Amino acid sequence: MKLDPVKMQLLKTIADLEAVPEGAYNVRDNGTLAGRNTTAHIDIVSKTDKPGIDIIVREGTKNERVDIPVLLTQTGLKDLVYNDFYIADGADVLIVAGCGIHNDGGELSQHDGVHTFHVGKNAHVKYVEKHYGEGEGTGERVLNPTTVIEIDEGGSLEMDTVQIKGVDSTYRKTSAVLAKDAKLLITEKIMTHGRQTATTDFYVKLGGDGSSAHVISRSVAKGQSHQQFLLSVDGDAACYGHTECDAIVLEGGTVSAVPKVNANNVDARLIHEAAIGKIAGDQLDKLMTLGLSEAEAEEMIINGFLK
Amino acid sequence: MLQLQHVSFAVNTDEGVKRIIDDVSLDLSERFVAFTGPNGGGKSTLAKLIMGLYRPTEGRIFLDGQDITDMSVTERAKAGICYGFQQPVRFKGITVHDLLNVAAGRTMTVAEACDCLAEVGLCARQYVNREIDANLSGGELKRIEIATVMARSATLTVFDEPEAGIDLWSFSNLISVFEDMYAKIKGTMLIISHQERILNIADRVVVLAAGKVERDGTKEEVLPSLLTATYCDRLKRV
Ligand SMILES: Nc1ncnc2c1ncn2[C@@H]1O[C@H](COP(=O)(O)OP(=O)(O)O)[C@@H](O)[C@H]1O
Ligand SMILES: [Mg+2]
Repeated sequence: MKLDPVKMQLLKTIADLEAVPEGAYNVRDNGTLAGRNTTAHIDIVSKTDKPGIDIIVREGTKNERVDIPVLLTQTGLKDLVYNDFYIADGADVLIVAGCGIHNDGGELSQHDGVHTFHVGKNAHVKYVEKHYGEGEGTGERVLNPTTVIEIDEGGSLEMDTVQIKGVDSTYRKTSAVLAKDAKLLITEKIMTHGRQTATTDFYVKLGGDGSSAHVISRSVAKGQSHQQFLLSVDGDAACYGHTECDAIVLEGGTVSAVPKVNANNVDARLIHEAAIGKIAGDQLDKLMTLGLSEAEAEEMIINGFLK
Repeated sequence: MLQLQHVSFAVNTDEGVKRIIDDVSLDLSERFVAFTGPNGGGKSTLAKLIMGLYRPTEGRIFLDGQDITDMSVTERAKAGICYGFQQPVRFKGITVHDLLNVAAGRTMTVAEACDCLAEVGLCARQYVNREIDANLSGGELKRIEIATVMARSATLTVFDEPEAGIDLWSFSNLISVFEDMYAKIKGTMLIISHQERILNIADRVVVLAAGKVERDGTKEEVLPSLLTATYCDRLKRV
């Protein structure tokens, strides 16, 4: 697999990869396959009916990592892809996805990824996803990730999703259905600036007794950007659901959080917390008494908040 | 050497203009000056005026002869002033080590950061990578605040009720922290306190009440009268 320096840099930003990964991987570059590797436990197969891949994680997988980065450097390209993950009962795997767009041109570059996870009984998945945009062009950079999660009895999925920079518009839709004793932990970090918009739309169905979900979103809206946080939880069993939206607004940034929390079972316990506001004045004051300028203090507070 | 010349701080309230600090003039060059007095007397406000967090509505402030009245907080920090808050601030995602680095103006090694924390009686390994967030107790936060101020090695250090929220057992250690600092510091340390044992190590004690200097002198001169004063219940003996 050969990638030019711009793409290697994107790969480093979204997946922390300095070179071709060791284990299973599939690199999608401007809508085509740039490289793939499979292992004894993990198979990757191209779909025949639509763009995308099936990632099959077999029984007995432990401590393995799969990288499936997407790179987009061609202005005007609209890429749509369907990736399905089949995680066998009891398997344990780290999946690193992410999309980097470098748009130097004047036309819109867009990647819409639909990721569907079938997590088997007592399987554990850690799913890390980073979205990033850059480039000198006036063309918009648009990313619309959709994540569909089904977790079978006793299974768990931990999802870390990050969008730090350069994405002009995003609609991030995540839905999950949990069976008995299944667990879901989602941590989302978003920063928007300029005239960017970001919508996050979470739906969690706690269908089985003993199931639990924590959805934590931390975000910063700068410039004239706008973020919307839609959240809906159905507690259909003896379950526990906790959602948290914590946002800093700066300059002319705006954030709205719209929670909908439904306890459909008398034993469902659901909590929603939202805190939106500017940086606390005493935080800036404290860092300035230690010698930072106001701008440096602000940067340190935001970097910590999104860490 | 810090000079306050006719410093006042007035705010508009529903009942009209209130002078929280009312024409205070002081020359402070001793190594260790304690400020005490009743709650609401204006001690924290005076500390914030010195740090630049508030600007005086009248009067001038000089540091080593230089007029700093119009300097920003950042400029004053760089000129050698540091202030340990009465109510320390919490930060999501910023660790104790991060804050110590900022205070020291350089990246400290883990061992150096641990030394700073050990000095204020914190078992360092457990704390150095902790976030300064809601998971820390008030007493832990207060000790971390003292450690960061010490890491700054300022020429003028102001501590605002460092004993607040710290339990009795660690309080004795805290006194030795300040005794050690007294031996080490090159500049001036101002401590706002209600604790007799802290006032006892001061070279000079200033009593601030209703925004004015009510008494000012050596501890021998000031302390006896304090213990019989109307707010003696506020002066704590440990
Ligand atoms: N910015 C402000 N605006 C209005 N009132 C204030 C302000 N800061 C302090 N005060 C009032 O000034 C008085 C002195 O407060 P403070 O300096 O905190 O006293 P101390 O530290 O001696 O207890 C109090 O009555 C307090 O409520
Ligand atoms: Mg006070």
